[in-house]
Amino acid sequence: MSVLLLLEQTLNGLQLGVTLFLIAAGMTLVLGIMNLVNLAHGSLYMLGAFFAASFTQWTGSFALGVVFALAATALVGLVVEQVVMRRLYARDHLDQVLATFGLILFFNELTKIVWGPIALFVDVPAVLSGRVELVPGAPYPVYRLVVLAAGLCVAISLWWLITRTRLGMLIRAGASNREMVGALGVDIDRLYMLVFALGAALAGFAGALAGPLYVVEIGMGDAILIKTFVVIVIGGIGSIRGAFVAALIVGMVDTFGRVVPQAIGLPAAVAEMAIYIVMAGVLFFRPTGLFAARG
Amino acid sequence: MTRDRRLLFIFGLLAIFALLPLVASALDQEFYIGQVRRVLIFAIAAVSLDLILGYAGMVSLGHAAFFGIGAYVVAILHWHADREVLLFGLVPGTTSSFVTIPLAILVAAALAAVIGAICLRTAGIYFIMSTLAFAQMLYFLFVSLRFNDNDRAYGGDDGLRFPGQTHVLGVIDTDNTLAFYYLVLAVLMLVLFFGHRLTRARFGLALEGIRDNERRMRAIGFSTPRYKLVAFVLSGAIAGLAGALLAFHEGYVSPSLMHWTRSGDLIVMVVLGGMGSLFGPVAGAAMFLLLEKFLPDYTEHWMLVFGPILVLVVLFAKRGLIGLVDRRTDETRGRH
Repeated sequence: MSVLLLLEQTLNGLQLGVTLFLIAAGMTLVLGIMNLVNLAHGSLYMLGAFFAASFTQWTGSFALGVVFALAATALVGLVVEQVVMRRLYARDHLDQVLATFGLILFFNELTKIVWGPIALFVDVPAVLSGRVELVPGAPYPVYRLVVLAAGLCVAISLWWLITRTRLGMLIRAGASNREMVGALGVDIDRLYMLVFALGAALAGFAGALAGPLYVVEIGMGDAILIKTFVVIVIGGIGSIRGAFVAALIVGMVDTFGRVVPQAIGLPAAVAEMAIYIVMAGVLFFRPTGLFAARG
Repeated sequence: MTRDRRLLFIFGLLAIFALLPLVASALDQEFYIGQVRRVLIFAIAAVSLDLILGYAGMVSLGHAAFFGIGAYVVAILHWHADREVLLFGLVPGTTSSFVTIPLAILVAAALAAVIGAICLRTAGIYFIMSTLAFAQMLYFLFVSLRFNDNDRAYGGDDGLRFPGQTHVLGVIDTDNTLAFYYLVLAVLMLVLFFGHRLTRARFGLALEGIRDNERRMRAIGFSTPRYKLVAFVLSGAIAGLAGALLAFHEGYVSPSLMHWTRSGDLIVMVVLGGMGSLFGPVAGAAMFLLLEKFLPDYTEHWMLVFGPILVLVVLFAKRGLIGLVDRRTDETRGRH
């Protein structure tokens, strides 16, 4: 493998990593604080992508499209939280799995009705459609760099929010002991609502950015959901830092898993399995992930 | 009284399953025999999941992996027998169900032992997510078994069709709708009987104890991880058996059998019917597959209805179908 290919794949891996982080961050918070397994988190990612595709078309501006998509997904998140999730917090995991499985069916079908069964292709916005030579002789798509940068910006903002603000303090406290936070007089209902909407917005943002890179189609959220689970299992539930590290690991392993086995003559099946093998290894040695928020 | 109602429900449903093919053939509606046979096969898989989900409280979101691997073992052995190619370059394929079915059960059990050994190191959400992830790994493995090597292309995501005219247990021709139907029904009855004995034996009671309070069971001297692993392997083995039967039923296998939504469907069947009741999942499988078959006739967008129904069942009717006939008080049922 040449150095240039190595560089390109590293950037691809990082970019997949930050996308996964955007989705996993919201999910790990919801898991850590509300103790809620939300299988429908992937649906929010899918909705973000579809919203962005439509809003971009209506407004003619990709940036506006992404902003509206983010807001719309957050709104959907709020409604879902109010109508369904709220009733599930106190239930056991099986109930949560089942009910959110039902939500996936619902959202997939609703999307099919609203946007039709055919996959959408979103163009990369003209300004960002070029390629740039980071090192001479290795042109790299500008848009992918923008996604990478946007993901990192969100990661830094989240880090600031979690470690430097009062809301973040409550979120951290909630992740390690939510009964205690409630007992101390924090309005738990509102905190849950905010965290859920924040998670939804992040997933929607990831979907909106992913639009021009992948195909916008029904069920795109289900595929990414499983990878997000792998990220959370590796990173540890409730830990933003864990989600970040694990997302980059999964992004890298998944990207290089597609290149390396072929180069050294292993069967192609290894490519799809690589991240799960890593997950199995982590689970075996650290069953609660690398950075579990709860002991 | 409630016990009578429960027995009435069970024997009523069994009588329907036993008599249905006779009625259907009398009315020249043999199409339905195949449909119900499929229901019975999924019922076996649902009962196997109920053993760990309902009795041991282990939420496995990867059960379709064992179901799928059982089906693939049969299909792959048939494929090798047909092409006369050695499997792994060593063993010949076979179409004898005396070999294929036990092997399907064994392979599913072995897989459950490996996945269980890793996933059972975790609990709660981690268990759900890791079982899901391992099942998905297997799904991708079978999707990409495509043009790996010309001799071993098991069809990838197109699936693998194996030549018809197969005999189960030497005598029962799978093309004979009626005979194969009763074989499947007999297997289901056997599995139900086995489950009934198992859940009332010391082992089953220990599992229920683990479900309700694992720490307490450990404290009174039960090696809970071992109990859970054995239950997981048993459950996987029965799911493998169901998968093998499905392979004979369809004459075709594909990775979609293992897709994680199939695992979700199995959980839905168990809960719709009523978990921890063995017979509930049979009714649940029947209801789920019939809805899946006939709702699309009314509206193309049936999922839009079915999804919210699931949410409502979870929120308001957790005991499932069996809960409708069997109103034991919540105190005697413990948690639910």
